Amino acid sequence: MSDWVEACAAGDIDEEDVMRFDHGGRTFAIYRSPDDDYFATDGLCTHEKVHLADGLVMDDIIECPKHNGRFNYKTGDARGAPVCVNLRTYPVRVDAGKVLIQVG
Amino acid sequence: MSTTPSRRDYSLIGRDAKLAVETGLSAAEWYHTDIPRKQMKELMQRSDGPAIRDTIIWLAALILSGAGAAWFWGTWWCVPFFFVYGVLYGSSTDSRWHECGHGTAFRTQWMNDVIYQIACFMIMRNPVTWRWSHTRHHTDTIIVGRDPEISVMRPPDLVRVVLAFVGVLDAWHAMSDMLRNAAGNISAAEKTFIPEQEQPRAIRFARIWTAIYAATIALALYTGSFLPLMLVGLPRLYGAWHHVMVGLLQHGGLADNVTDHRLNSRTVYMNQISRFIYWNMNYHVEHHMFPMVPYHALPKLHELVKHDLPAPTPSILAGYREMIPAFLRQLRNEDYFLKRELPPTARPYREEFHNDAVAAAE
Ligand code: FES
Repeated sequence: MSDWVEACAAGDIDEEDVMRFDHGGRTFAIYRSPDDDYFATDGLCTHEKVHLADGLVMDDIIECPKHNGRFNYKTGDARGAPVCVNLRTYPVRVDAGKVLIQVG
Repeated sequence: MSTTPSRRDYSLIGRDAKLAVETGLSAAEWYHTDIPRKQMKELMQRSDGPAIRDTIIWLAALILSGAGAAWFWGTWWCVPFFFVYGVLYGSSTDSRWHECGHGTAFRTQWMNDVIYQIACFMIMRNPVTWRWSHTRHHTDTIIVGRDPEISVMRPPDLVRVVLAFVGVLDAWHAMSDMLRNAAGNISAAEKTFIPEQEQPRAIRFARIWTAIYAATIALALYTGSFLPLMLVGLPRLYGAWHHVMVGLLQHGGLADNVTDHRLNSRTVYMNQISRFIYWNMNYHVEHHMFPMVPYHALPKLHELVKHDLPAPTPSILAGYREMIPAFLRQLRNEDYFLKRELPPTARPYREEFHNDAVAAAE
């Protein structure tokens, strides 16, 4: 599979934070966890299609900026009302200081 | 007071509801003041400290005033204790329900959940139904036919507004909804905002509450005293006045069917006691624009964005001085509203879409 795409430099995202990444007409959210690992999910909340990159990362949770719905960004699990549908997650690797995600 | 029939259809399954969805007024993109991500992140940070402190004070005051009221029951000395107890039970739970429902009061989620459940019971709001209704309130704030939490519809029903101060209608509706839900019935309007998989939970809570109220009534009958009801249930009536007094100011007399919280919400400066009871929801424009910011950071957020917002209303009294005449005028012209003037430093309203409403209001 060659659908790995470069999303940003590793240093572009602060620790315990999230960044928006648009590619091929789609939008993703890239996370840097407090342990300095990187993760990626769909960029829009499954509740009302709001950009999660404007939300708050706390430990392994992303909280949506619109209605405070929470997801585990490592697994995509929805953590209760008002989000009921899980987020899709994507494989991520860091290569030579670049964050790559497999968007397939 | 006589009113002309409303052109607005507030039903959640009515004409205006459909229209709002068709025209894109529902679930629209709302205006936000620009705040650099770094600052926004700081403002959104959660901590348990302030809410634990406030909750200890709140619960201690609730228990002491309740104990004092029970101790002096049968004498006039119980009145000041009930006054305090009533406000803590029937008013401060409005903001606890609200903040813990957003999940922003505490950093630790179970703490939000516990206080949310207690507050929901006291303020008589089904924890499931009202979580979803408030979600809709944030998506479609004061959009006619979509927002289930419009407290003063147009033309205003002033009798209803006055009765809200003693909680009569709210409690009546809450009790009948509770019994209906406990019987397993979710209404058509409720079905528009509570997802199907959540509806059994709403029914379960209604049944638990019905059992608690039944036990309280049984205790009152058994002891031959009103005291149990004065401590559980009735404070929602005699203590409601504060949350209604501050709550009406949130949107009262302002625009509807707009997508800019600066036009339909009001920030009001108020005293420290009211702010404690209300958990800073007097910064209401700020809260709606950025619901991720916890109540204790709202004063800081206000300082940061006030250049882009209408001037805050200087006091509760000033709020009523502008709101009551607006309500009276809406009896004659329901399209009238108070247009919030922006300071020169603010980004203007989106004229293409707010101008018509202004013209109608003249
Ligand atoms: S849009 Fe994300 S929780 Fe509602």
